[in-house]
Amino acid sequence: MPLQLQHEGYSEEKLGLLAEKITCRETQASTLLALLGEPDHYTYPSIFIYGHHASGKSHVTECIMKELELPHVTVSCVECVSAGLLFEQVVMGLYGSEATALLPRSSSILDFVRVYKQLSSQEPSYQTRYIILDRAQLLRDMEANLLPGFLRLQELVDDNVTVIFLSEIVWDKFRPSTGCFEPVVLHFPDYNKGELHQILTLDSHPSYSPELYSSFINIMLGVFYSVCRDLRELRHLAALNFSKFCEPLERGEVKETDTHKLWKNIEPHLKKAMQTVYLREVSSVQWEEQQQKEEKEAGALKGLSAYAHVELPYYSKFLLIAAYLASYNPARTDRRFFLKHHGKLKKTNFMKKHEKTSNHLLGPKPFPLDRLLAIFYSVVDNRVAPTASVFSQISSLVTLQLLTQVGHDDQLDAPKYKCAVSLDFIQAIARTLSFDIVRYLYDFL
Amino acid sequence: MATSSVSKGCFVFKPSSKKRKRVPRVEDYFTEGNDDAKSAKLRFNICQELWEKIKSDTETLQEELNKKTLDSLLELIRKCASGFQLKANDWAGLMRASEIPTAALVLGVNVPDHDVTFQGLSELLQQSVTPFVVSVQAKECTALKHLMQKVLERIMGVDVPLNEEDEGQSGSCSVPGNRKRARCSLSSLCEWYQMAVKKFAARSPGKKCSSLGKDVLPYPPVVIIFKDLEAFSPRVLQDFILICSRYIQQLPLMFIFGIATSPSTIQHMLPHSVSSLLCIELFQSLSCTQHLATVIDQLVLTPKFPFKLTGKVLQVLVSIFLYHDFSVRNFIKGLQLALVEHFHSQPLSVLCCCKKEAVDHAQQFIHQDVERVRQLPSFMRYVENQDAEEQVKLLTNDDHVKEVCQKLIKNLRKYHKNYHPVLRCLHSLTSSLPKYPLGKQVRELHISCLEKNIWETEEYNTAMQLLRMLAKDELVAALQNCADLLRPAKSEKMKEALQQLEDYITKFDKLDQLSSEDLMEEEVTSPGKDLQKKTDLFQLQKTLLEMRESRRSKKMTPFEVLRNQVLDIVDQLVRTYLIPPETQPMNEVCYYSSSGVLRRHLNATPRTSIQTALSHPYYYLQHEGLQTDTGSISNTAPDICVVYKLHLECGRLINLFDWLEAYCTVVSAAEGKDPDSPDYGKVDELKHARFIQAVSELEFVGFVKSTKQKTDHVARLTWGGC
Repeated sequence: MPLQLQHEGYSEEKLGLLAEKITCRETQASTLLALLGEPDHYTYPSIFIYGHHASGKSHVTECIMKELELPHVTVSCVECVSAGLLFEQVVMGLYGSEATALLPRSSSILDFVRVYKQLSSQEPSYQTRYIILDRAQLLRDMEANLLPGFLRLQELVDDNVTVIFLSEIVWDKFRPSTGCFEPVVLHFPDYNKGELHQILTLDSHPSYSPELYSSFINIMLGVFYSVCRDLRELRHLAALNFSKFCEPLERGEVKETDTHKLWKNIEPHLKKAMQTVYLREVSSVQWEEQQQKEEKEAGALKGLSAYAHVELPYYSKFLLIAAYLASYNPARTDRRFFLKHHGKLKKTNFMKKHEKTSNHLLGPKPFPLDRLLAIFYSVVDNRVAPTASVFSQISSLVTLQLLTQVGHDDQLDAPKYKCAVSLDFIQAIARTLSFDIVRYLYDFL
Repeated sequence: MATSSVSKGCFVFKPSSKKRKRVPRVEDYFTEGNDDAKSAKLRFNICQELWEKIKSDTETLQEELNKKTLDSLLELIRKCASGFQLKANDWAGLMRASEIPTAALVLGVNVPDHDVTFQGLSELLQQSVTPFVVSVQAKECTALKHLMQKVLERIMGVDVPLNEEDEGQSGSCSVPGNRKRARCSLSSLCEWYQMAVKKFAARSPGKKCSSLGKDVLPYPPVVIIFKDLEAFSPRVLQDFILICSRYIQQLPLMFIFGIATSPSTIQHMLPHSVSSLLCIELFQSLSCTQHLATVIDQLVLTPKFPFKLTGKVLQVLVSIFLYHDFSVRNFIKGLQLALVEHFHSQPLSVLCCCKKEAVDHAQQFIHQDVERVRQLPSFMRYVENQDAEEQVKLLTNDDHVKEVCQKLIKNLRKYHKNYHPVLRCLHSLTSSLPKYPLGKQVRELHISCLEKNIWETEEYNTAMQLLRMLAKDELVAALQNCADLLRPAKSEKMKEALQQLEDYITKFDKLDQLSSEDLMEEEVTSPGKDLQKKTDLFQLQKTLLEMRESRRSKKMTPFEVLRNQVLDIVDQLVRTYLIPPETQPMNEVCYYSSSGVLRRHLNATPRTSIQTALSHPYYYLQHEGLQTDTGSISNTAPDICVVYKLHLECGRLINLFDWLEAYCTVVSAAEGKDPDSPDYGKVDELKHARFIQAVSELEFVGFVKSTKQKTDHVARLTWGGC
């Protein structure tokens, strides 16, 4: 191990234990330790740690706190539906559940600071207290004074307390426009391939040798490293596929040392895993079941996206087609498509400059309800009475998320919609009605 | 109300207890407006009875249909729940990211039907797997906290306040010390769950755990059902899943997603980082068209229920289903409406019940009822076909009519008993033919049989021709099917028909032994040789015609003979039993025919009604002064009608002042003023106010709206002129 954790505040033994737990994150851990200082030192008021998903932020912080037995509380911001809940959890973590009774319901940061002051004066601690806020990016969506308040909490409550923010987003995206106290920013870079290998090898299977598992991880990283660097996900995939890897060993066909044969056996399997189970097209349980079956039967399993077909009532289909046409055709071309005597239309002269790009590249455009209905009536062959259920079908298409409603003003008189389905989908729908939709699309003229 | 007081003032009158309004019962609505209360009550009871029967039948039917899907779903839940503990020991389980087991239940776009399914599902779960089942709907969960609150409240059965909002409502409870109610977070659910499990475990070994099935799991899962996944805000769902995944180690959570469109919505709604927390398994329920087919099969195409629909009514119901909503529940509601309407509007529907009761009721007919019977078109036709003496008797003797009635009712029942088996037979024969000349579904065939003589249609003849070309194995299989369908029928006639069919099937079987000998005898003459000699076109045509003749007259193989015979029998069955019900006397008793009423009620056209009201006020107001020629409008019509009429003549933008002037002219004419007088058509305050009111009414109804494009103008919201 090239870098030893060193700190005068803590015993060698504890630091040794800590170092074992945080593989490949020694640099970051020692920086953090240096920042935290000795237990009774006043620490910098706020520390901001950022890095991608599964880059060891929470793990390292948590390990330091646990191993060095520092008073701390960890709160995940995603769980706190309101600020009050967040305060409650902080107070509960630091002072026990009785203390939460002091917080009024629907407390603001002011109440929190008051209660905290009161509690800290009752139970003074010579050690620094730590408040760790996980997924701190969600703080931005809460009350505006929450983030600045936590950033200078030490100053507000006049106590030896440090707030550690853990986030997947860089600090620049947090900074409020009104300015605030700047925290110390610490970056956790992604693990590289070697580090991933080192970490993944740690969870070797008890009944096989670590070397075998290491070689398995090596093969797996070779396949997956290009698409996925998420440690958590890789670990999951390793666990799913290891039994398959060991199959020839179990049958006694191959020795542990014969890596080439093992590789040949597992590689196609892993490639398939990349297309199915990694994308969650197939659930992990199904994947495991499939592995136990024979090779012949496999492959019958269809992924989630294979079931794209949607049954719709007859008029709903036409409404959806009309919506699609209204979304992807310029309004001026409606004459040409839906009137009998429309005269000739030359594409080049007719088009304005911005219309020369394909509408399908630009995405759907909003259209008013009456245009939708006008197109609908000219598309359906027989006469349709404007019944209530035709209109209610439009709103049920909105709830099914096949159409989306645009804008919020004037919803009663002239609502606007967008069509939210793909060309493939609408072509499949049109085919069931034997309606040639491509003939009506301006882009394919 | 009068007082004895001489002074003016406010007086309080307490309602006298005697006069208190009775809350009308359903029955009262039914009998209201009917002169004959007794018969109305009787009809109401029959109707209720019938409806209860239909309802319970559909419910059991739905349960059966969903059974397979729900059973496999339950299996999954059980498996996941029992796997909850095992995971800790297993290496792979330990390494695997703990995913939340999720069942994606694809139910189709008929959202109104889903409620029943979910209800059944959660009941089933509560009975056999876990007491902790909660279902949430999108509309009650617009924000994460609401979703959380709903989940906690429904599982724990306590009030979970959200911090801000409940403050006002429950002022007394908001004392900080008084914290009986749970906090709105999953950690409190976790604590509660641990307690509940302990309690549960302590209680169950002592008592017999009959309430929860045989195998009670030590850790019953907490199942959260999202009824309509599409309608949930993706943001809320993502956050909720993230939170849940933090607790999956301590709390055996499970999700069930109710999906209306396709499973790929999950991928559209959730990013990979979230969907990787789920272990999704797919369940597909029966498609709604199949569902409808079964429902029709059990409710409509059966002699079990005396109540019947005519072709048009059935057509209306089916087309609402196919064109508009795909909802089986709405179809059954429509059936219920037809049922109630029938019993309400047709006094003779007392006879529309089981045979014995119907006979009794007919016996008790009073003179008025007998008169009603005589008025029935089908009965009149029946009378016309009788000889003179009988006719006189039928028209004068009430008792005789009663007797004939009983006989006719019995006949009608017999007709139904024979009709349905034969219908099914014909369908099973023709449903495998290419291009489905008589329709794919039984209901299509049923509708065409109801409307006309099926054997006179083109489609029937093509179907028969195709049947006459069937190969032997196909034909025998089809006949075997028919025989199977006829077997449960109880009537004598059907038994005979079955016997005949079975005889033919055995004959076909015997044919196999004979055929080899017969084939040898058959002379093999190929007419092709002669053809080559002919060069003349006319000659060729002539020979070809001759050949056709000769082929027709040529001796048929024994198989062909048999085939023709058996098909003649089928044809005969069709001609005897599939006659349209209109030809049956007294059919009005059982058949509900007003498709127009049904359509008006089920498939309303609010816009058309408004337009009718505005352009033809007479239609609704029935005031003589309003009656005009078509197209024009009386100037005495209500203001809004005049304004509406005038606005039809304008373009997209309407100048308010011009409109007002035109309005004043019309109204002045109505007042009967002299057109030459100087203040004719002048705007006075009263007219101005009336105009403003009319325009704002029109705006309220949605025909115009104010616009910022031009001052003093309003925009039209409808297109088309007068």
